[in-house]
Amino acid sequence: MTTKSQSRIAVPAVSGKARFRLSPFTVISLALVALWLIVAAFPFLWTFWGSFKVQSDFFSKVDWQNAIYGVNTIKETGSPFTLAGYYGAWVDEAFWRNVINSGIVVFFTVIISLTIGTLGGYALARSGRRYAFWLLMAALAFRAMPHITLVSGYMLPFFEWNIWGILPTTIIVLVAINQPFTLWMLHSFFLNIPKDMDESAMVDGCTRFQAFRHVIIPVMWPGVITTGLFSFLLAYNDFAVTAMLLSSENETIIPAINSFLGTTQVEGKVMYAVAAVVSATAPLFVLILLFQRQIVSGLTAGAVKG
Amino acid sequence: MKHRTFFWFILPTLSAMVLFIALPIVSVAIQSLFVENEQVLVVSESCGPFGCKETTTIDAEATARLQEEQPLGRFNGLDTYVNRSHLAFAEVGEAWRSTDTLGEFWGQVSNLPFYRALFFTLTYTAVVTPVVIVLGLAIAVGVNNLPKLLKGPSIFISLLPFLVTPLVGALILFWMVDSDGIIGATIQRIFDDPSLSLKASTALTWTMLIVYGVWHTLPFSFITFYAGLQTVPEDTMEAAKIDGASKWQRMIHVVVPHLAPLMSFVTLMLLMDNFRVFEPIVSFKAEAHATSLSWIIYNDLRESGNPLYGSAGATSMMTIVGVVILLTPVLIRTWRNFNRKAH
Repeated sequence: MTTKSQSRIAVPAVSGKARFRLSPFTVISLALVALWLIVAAFPFLWTFWGSFKVQSDFFSKVDWQNAIYGVNTIKETGSPFTLAGYYGAWVDEAFWRNVINSGIVVFFTVIISLTIGTLGGYALARSGRRYAFWLLMAALAFRAMPHITLVSGYMLPFFEWNIWGILPTTIIVLVAINQPFTLWMLHSFFLNIPKDMDESAMVDGCTRFQAFRHVIIPVMWPGVITTGLFSFLLAYNDFAVTAMLLSSENETIIPAINSFLGTTQVEGKVMYAVAAVVSATAPLFVLILLFQRQIVSGLTAGAVKG
Repeated sequence: MKHRTFFWFILPTLSAMVLFIALPIVSVAIQSLFVENEQVLVVSESCGPFGCKETTTIDAEATARLQEEQPLGRFNGLDTYVNRSHLAFAEVGEAWRSTDTLGEFWGQVSNLPFYRALFFTLTYTAVVTPVVIVLGLAIAVGVNNLPKLLKGPSIFISLLPFLVTPLVGALILFWMVDSDGIIGATIQRIFDDPSLSLKASTALTWTMLIVYGVWHTLPFSFITFYAGLQTVPEDTMEAAKIDGASKWQRMIHVVVPHLAPLMSFVTLMLLMDNFRVFEPIVSFKAEAHATSLSWIIYNDLRESGNPLYGSAGATSMMTIVGVVILLTPVLIRTWRNFNRKAH
């Protein structure tokens, strides 16, 4: 008892001193953080800056500083910044069409995943029976399956039934691939909502579904929004499924960038891909800016990381 | 919850998972037992003034008809699994007999496509996972010591490499380390060796793929550990401080044990994700030096005009077996925990 109260008195002095003393441990860990932040941010800054240059500047064998000052860009276009890469990607290569496709795929994937995932996650959180546990374990195993192994199972049947290459097929596949992790995440969010809430509503005469609608739905939005962010990321970032299951006119942006690389190796055209890459990263940047708190809470909520 | 209600609530999500995850696995298993139909050949004899000549032509119509009748191809049993592009029992046996040292044997085996991919996948997983856990913990501790004002921005920056599309993130790094990029060109100048490039060196390619893997997944472990650090009990930390433990000792004896459950969670997630490494190989165009299990499946499916479903299926099945082996310890432990809770 005495030691405890003593320690409580002693602490402010000790920690106050420790904060200002630079032990080697602190120095090393701060240096590591600084190094990491540079390594994490620099590639993005570099590529963003370079996307406004011409290829001979961004990929300069002579002098890397060319990419900063745009020596050749000034020579070729008269100004240190050029939108040629963006014009080429968005207009010449019709990147806007891929953006629309991505918009459709991502929107419907998120809406459908959340709708069916919420119902399932709620049921799993409230059941507590052995089969619910096994379903969660099966979902975990499904989550671990490399997507490309599943894709190799889809292709032949989809060709046979003539549903290969169109957006709805891809949306349904992405919804299904999304489900294991959506279920885990929503399940852990629903576990945090006290059981008493819906159970008291049922005592008052609600059915299970009415209790869900009137009591749970109003309070579940933080969890649903966080899960939605990760569904968005999974659908937006997917390459394996969209590259194999969409025909070239229905391509979303990520496989489109990959096909740019194949077709635009000619001088000057690599910048189209650079511009497309920057364009594809921009929405993610905004997403992190707006939802940083939700993303962090989602990462730590359970079996996350899409 | 009543069984009936549970059933209706779970039905949509369960049917999606059964139809598009469980059934495809079955479909992959079936595909792996078949190989593509052979083309129907017609041998015709044409006799002219200078004797008779046999010509062999492809009967396109009959081939199409055969494809129509048997879309799966011919039944092949387990032959696909043991052929040269997969487990290659014959080649491995031959290598075992004909080589004297283990190194030589390994040299031959690691040239077989499946073993080559397996070896890279395992190396990648085994290197990236521990590095990411140790560095992630170190950076989490560092950020935790930062003034409050800097914590938010450093988490924001850290999230970028993690949430960026893998294909795009790998491209961004690739453009920098490629022989014309800022890092690649600088390295060439430092060593004064214009042939030193990613495209020419297996070791460099592997290193860069692993660097990409660390760059991409580090934020996940960092943020999870950072959240865990907020829950370290203050009393224990204070007690350790009073007892004269240095910062390092407190780290090893208080913080790390407190984070142990989180660590096993992070390890599991990292193992699962690293094992399916795929996009960086596409972005780096690294297939000449490094392939992964996912990449060889992708490559089989892209075989222009004529995807090798059988071959892709066999590799997929073996990949799935690998995933199950990775997951078994976790599943067993969770099962034990569940039983303990239930009784």
